[in-house]
Amino acid sequence: MKEKPTVLYDVPGPRARRRNVLYTVLFVIAVAAIIWWVVDSLAAKNQLEGEKWDPFFTDSRVWTTYILPGLKNTVIAAALAMVIALPLGALFGIARLSDHRWVRAAAGTVVEFFRAIPVLILMLFANAAYSEFTDVSPENRPLYAVVTGLVLYNASVLAEVVRAGILALPSGQTDAAKAIGMRKGQTMTNVLLPQSVTAMLPALVSQLVVIVKDTALGGAMLGFSELLASVRPMSANYGANTIASFTIVAVVFVVLNFLLTSFASWLEGRLRRGKRTTGAVVGVEAVEELNRPGEHPTEPGDRP
Amino acid sequence: MTMNRFRNRRLAVAAAAAVVLSFTAAACSDDGGGGSGGGDDEKITVGIKFDQPGLGLKTPDGKYTGLDVDVATYVAKELGYDPGDIDWKEAKSADRETLLQRGDVDFIAATYSITPQRSEKVDFAGPYLLAHQDVLMRSDDDSITKPADLNNKKLCSVTGSTSAQNVKTKLAPQAQLQEYGGYSECLTGLENKVIDALTTDDTILAGYAAQPEFQGKFKLGGFKMSNENYGIGVQKGSELKAQINEALEKMVADGSWQAAVDKNLGPAGYQNEPPPKIGVVVP
Amino acid sequence: MFDFLQDYDILGAFWTTIQLTFWSAIGSLVWGTLLAAMRVSPVPLMRGFGTVYVNIVRNIPLTVIIVFTSLGLFQTLGVSLGAKDFTGINFRLAVLGLIAYTAAFVCEALRSGINTVPLGQVEAARAIGLNFTQTLRLVVLPQAFRSVVGPLTNVLIALTKNTTVAATIGVAEAALLMREMIENEAQLILISVIFAFGFICLTLPTGLFLNWVAKKVAVKR
Repeated sequence: MKEKPTVLYDVPGPRARRRNVLYTVLFVIAVAAIIWWVVDSLAAKNQLEGEKWDPFFTDSRVWTTYILPGLKNTVIAAALAMVIALPLGALFGIARLSDHRWVRAAAGTVVEFFRAIPVLILMLFANAAYSEFTDVSPENRPLYAVVTGLVLYNASVLAEVVRAGILALPSGQTDAAKAIGMRKGQTMTNVLLPQSVTAMLPALVSQLVVIVKDTALGGAMLGFSELLASVRPMSANYGANTIASFTIVAVVFVVLNFLLTSFASWLEGRLRRGKRTTGAVVGVEAVEELNRPGEHPTEPGDRP
Repeated sequence: MTMNRFRNRRLAVAAAAAVVLSFTAAACSDDGGGGSGGGDDEKITVGIKFDQPGLGLKTPDGKYTGLDVDVATYVAKELGYDPGDIDWKEAKSADRETLLQRGDVDFIAATYSITPQRSEKVDFAGPYLLAHQDVLMRSDDDSITKPADLNNKKLCSVTGSTSAQNVKTKLAPQAQLQEYGGYSECLTGLENKVIDALTTDDTILAGYAAQPEFQGKFKLGGFKMSNENYGIGVQKGSELKAQINEALEKMVADGSWQAAVDKNLGPAGYQNEPPPKIGVVVP
Repeated sequence: MFDFLQDYDILGAFWTTIQLTFWSAIGSLVWGTLLAAMRVSPVPLMRGFGTVYVNIVRNIPLTVIIVFTSLGLFQTLGVSLGAKDFTGINFRLAVLGLIAYTAAFVCEALRSGINTVPLGQVEAARAIGLNFTQTLRLVVLPQAFRSVVGPLTNVLIALTKNTTVAATIGVAEAALLMREMIENEAQLILISVIFAFGFICLTLPTGLFLNWVAKKVAVKR
């Protein structure tokens, strides 16, 4: 592998190479020791026995009865949360760019409020509220509660993504729209919003990863039968193979989210390289940046 | 040229939206399917546990096994429904009263103890089994011979269960309590000796201990720390109650009851109480 | 209307939340720095390990990690982290899980901080005769640290909110108490407002203060 120059060290010479080999050997020994300890302990507790693991490889019913239905519910909850939260987020994001001070303030308060509260607290509230104030059946209530909690939280995160997406567009777009006589609303709906959607796509996909991860809270705390919750009936059927079941479920989560993450990076790279767009992108990392309460990269007034 | 490109993009967005919509539509139709309740003459909807071996368990091939399932199947047959006409529905402990009150299920057989509080909201047929709170421990562990021995022991139960609180407040105040979402989590710890005992109804414990993977590894304490009268829950004022009671009496009389108990809980060395008299709740 | 509040130790629950946040923050700063050091180190294998760790951990739900510390580490491998009773064991396991998860984000924040230092700065430092450690100490790290205050603030805020996941293994923190109170009392709105307010008190001032710091120390380029 060709070394790229970094700020930290030069391209290694012969002595540095020898030293690096030594570090590599020490590191391998350390990692191998840990892995050996884990495997040895697991074997000593009979956790590596075939009967605990075989079902996942030899018995397709494990997948069709437990894992895939769980995965389906995870995906449904995440997709619903995204689809509902996005328009709400767009509404609040645009409201925060309003020319009217009180609209900005109201939208800002709501967004800050829901971003400061853990999503689990929102889910617990939604779950109890549905059972107390509505007639949602006990079967559907966990799904409703999970989606509601996720929507409340993610709408406020997406509001910031939308705002950043609009602010990321070159000011020439607004100027040109003004020059051909568009009004503020027209500029927003016909010029800024359509283009910012493209710019936001990578950030939206990587927010989907956050949403998918948070659905697991519903399984652990609200009895929502998503992917993580499929561990329980599975281990009840296969002699408490909790470790094996958990490992498989974790792998499914990683694969799903890794695909989403890779897709987001690919989108971002494509948009950044693209010559025919404005080149404005709200990147994958932006979502993390935007999760900061009380911080606004640019105040609305600053917009040219 | 530019317009064209925009149109394509809009098409792509529309297509994506359509995919998402069809996804949610599928979800909705899924949810709507089971909610019809008992209005239909052909089908009967029964609430059971899905994750309790020996009582109510959904197996990998999508079938249901356990004592509650066998009792419910027998009762349904007496009510005029073939096993194929039963819609099984999961009845989690916290949801049972709501499911009955809303009419989402016709009756519930899901380790459902008859208590005065519950009887205010729903009616109970039966009882069909007298269970007791008990502890499950490793078969080589001789240090627990009476409930008081649980003091300073590590005890496991599921979140919000009354069994754990019962031990903690009355029987062994010094016991340490770990609560998990399900019993199989406790079993892993019990097997690996970081947990000393698992407490809940003896039927549930026997159901776990009777699994082939665990036979010989665990034993029941036999402490009878409480009386749990399992009944079949029906809607308040439902005429099903009398019919179910008749069916239960017949099930005991023709020996199917004992056969079902032996089949589902027997392998763990579970000693069942004699079949309870209908309408008699042991306090 | 407010009488029932005296039956519950709300402040105690939030104190546990704060303790969880505190210990996890320190731990993830240490482990995250080590990971970042691996990811920028000249040893390819360490870089590989750092990359794999970050990519796996960032894609697993925190809930899975926390539950796994209890079921896997404690129940199966017998790791009790030196605590004797379940309260202590669960608390420490939760901290360990939060560290393992949060460190991946700390690592990425630090790494992007190092990447913001322009290569020209280092070339200039070497040109005036500074050696490796001097370059690192006088040029790279001061600039890198100043640019990561903002991103690290995000991580800290997210960590504070993520401590609620410890409820899944029975750590008596705010979310677990909230669930218990909702089940026992018919005061849903009041209870929810109290807990929401509690978290706003924890996250908003921290965010505002640290962002002010971040702006003050930011490197103008």
